[in-house]
Amino acid sequence: MSAAHGHPHRHPPQPDLEDGPYSWHMALTDALAQLLIAKGVFDREALRATLERIDAATPAQGARLVARAWVDPAFRERLLADVNAAARELGIDPGPIPIRAVADTPDVHNVIVCTLCSCYPRFLLGAPPDWYKSRAYRARVVREPRAVLAEFGLELPPEVRVVVHDSTAELRYMVLPLRPLGTANWSEEQLARLVTRDCMIGTAVPRLPDPACLDA
Amino acid sequence: MTAALRPGMRVRVRRWDPPGHVRTPFYTRGKIGEVVAEIGPMPNPEHLAYGRHDRPPVRFYRVAFPAGGLWSNATFPDDLVIVDLAEHWLEPLEQQP
Repeated sequence: MSAAHGHPHRHPPQPDLEDGPYSWHMALTDALAQLLIAKGVFDREALRATLERIDAATPAQGARLVARAWVDPAFRERLLADVNAAARELGIDPGPIPIRAVADTPDVHNVIVCTLCSCYPRFLLGAPPDWYKSRAYRARVVREPRAVLAEFGLELPPEVRVVVHDSTAELRYMVLPLRPLGTANWSEEQLARLVTRDCMIGTAVPRLPDPACLDA
Repeated sequence: MTAALRPGMRVRVRRWDPPGHVRTPFYTRGKIGEVVAEIGPMPNPEHLAYGRHDRPPVRFYRVAFPAGGLWSNATFPDDLVIVDLAEHWLEPLEQQP
């Protein structure tokens, strides 16, 4: 807190939103939005609604698709053929960008990255985690995927082939993970709760809850 | 528009460094991979980034690179990296029958 601030109380040390620099790109974004509104390309309400629609997406949407694919083989085929159409079947808005699902098998483990930037099926899964956009993840997961996955707590046996998908073009990718053993009688809703965001990026696999955690 | 490449064909990524908005990762340039699937045609990001919506779309392919061909010290050389690449970046290594 600067002396010029002019009152005696202390502020918490965490910076406020405006304490960072107002960057060139932030200024450009604001100016562009104001110009498009001024020229009537869209209005403020449409901009707000679009941002809300994007922010409303969560990994729970992807988890519903995965759980349905686990219980319905025909749906699984449709999901692998066209994720966007399969999502609309369940009343989920997948957004305008084509999404592909890549299916894990007992012999193949898939993991998703965008080495160029941060391409991610955000209309379906929500905003990507910060680490997904980090240079460390992007550079290392194509070069030493097993070491990166081990840091996430996922140790893969040598006989399982790792396939890294680098989203460098117009498609976005999600992983269709394997259904855990011991879930034969589970409902779709119960299954969906096992499918986390990282399971659909491929840095985790769905696991049964630890019984010790359930007792706690 | 007919696809010049088909799944199973081996291709080499052009060793090329043109200016502008290029979405071919450097780690694939000059490397040999195998076409897994065709995913195009799509707008060419090299034109789209400059507002050239009038330019024709280009065909994209999913190309699989064995880790052993990308990295000299790969511990698991049979692991794969699959990258989405535009047709004009790919040189076929085999003649079409």
